[in-house]
Amino acid sequence: MLRISDEPFDAGRELSAFETEAKGAGGIVSFTGLVRDHASSGEVRALTLQAYSPMTERGIETAMAEARERWPLMALKVIHRTGEMAPGDAIVFVATASIHRRAAFEAADFLMDYLKTEAVFWKKEATATGEHWIEPRSQDYQDRARWAKV
Amino acid sequence: MAQLLYFGRLMDTLGRPEETLTLPTSVRDTSALREWLDRDRGLDGALLEKTIRLAVNSEIVADPHPVSDGDEIAFMPPVGGG
Repeated sequence: MLRISDEPFDAGRELSAFETEAKGAGGIVSFTGLVRDHASSGEVRALTLQAYSPMTERGIETAMAEARERWPLMALKVIHRTGEMAPGDAIVFVATASIHRRAAFEAADFLMDYLKTEAVFWKKEATATGEHWIEPRSQDYQDRARWAKV
Repeated sequence: MAQLLYFGRLMDTLGRPEETLTLPTSVRDTSALREWLDRDRGLDGALLEKTIRLAVNSEIVADPHPVSDGDEIAFMPPVGGG
């Protein structure tokens, strides 16, 4: 299940709903990404995320299908915010459920690396020094490269 | 008329998120479009950077890809969410 929305979400509530949906799983892994309050250019006042529908949705759905092919998952959920957010707000939520923990951990890690470097979003941070567009760091690309199929 | 979309930092570079215009007859592919628009707006190469990808009708394409009036053409700087 994928949801991209301008509306804030409650990660705790989403996890509870996912637990119900993934009944019978042996393990659930969830990750919540939050807006940081500090950036290299100072205190963060706001973060704005822009998407390009339906390309953004299509790309994430393809990555979710790949996760299902690579790991035996019983359930999978991705929520991603767009629009303006404040420090502490949840930007992204990924949850995976499987019989055993390893598949759930790896699939969640794989999806987060996809979301950080390939999902079609653009991010703008507003700090005391002005607004800055942020692009993935080289570490993000290295993390993503770990999943390349040989 | 083609619809041009400018995402991320290019929205600031071009001073708008999108525009609709008639492509000059000399512009038949994405490479020519980059060069013409960059020169027309005096952007000093901002649209020629290799990291800027173009999507035609919401499919990312490799230069040079044909473009014509009626297309939706997006200029996309490096992406990333999370």
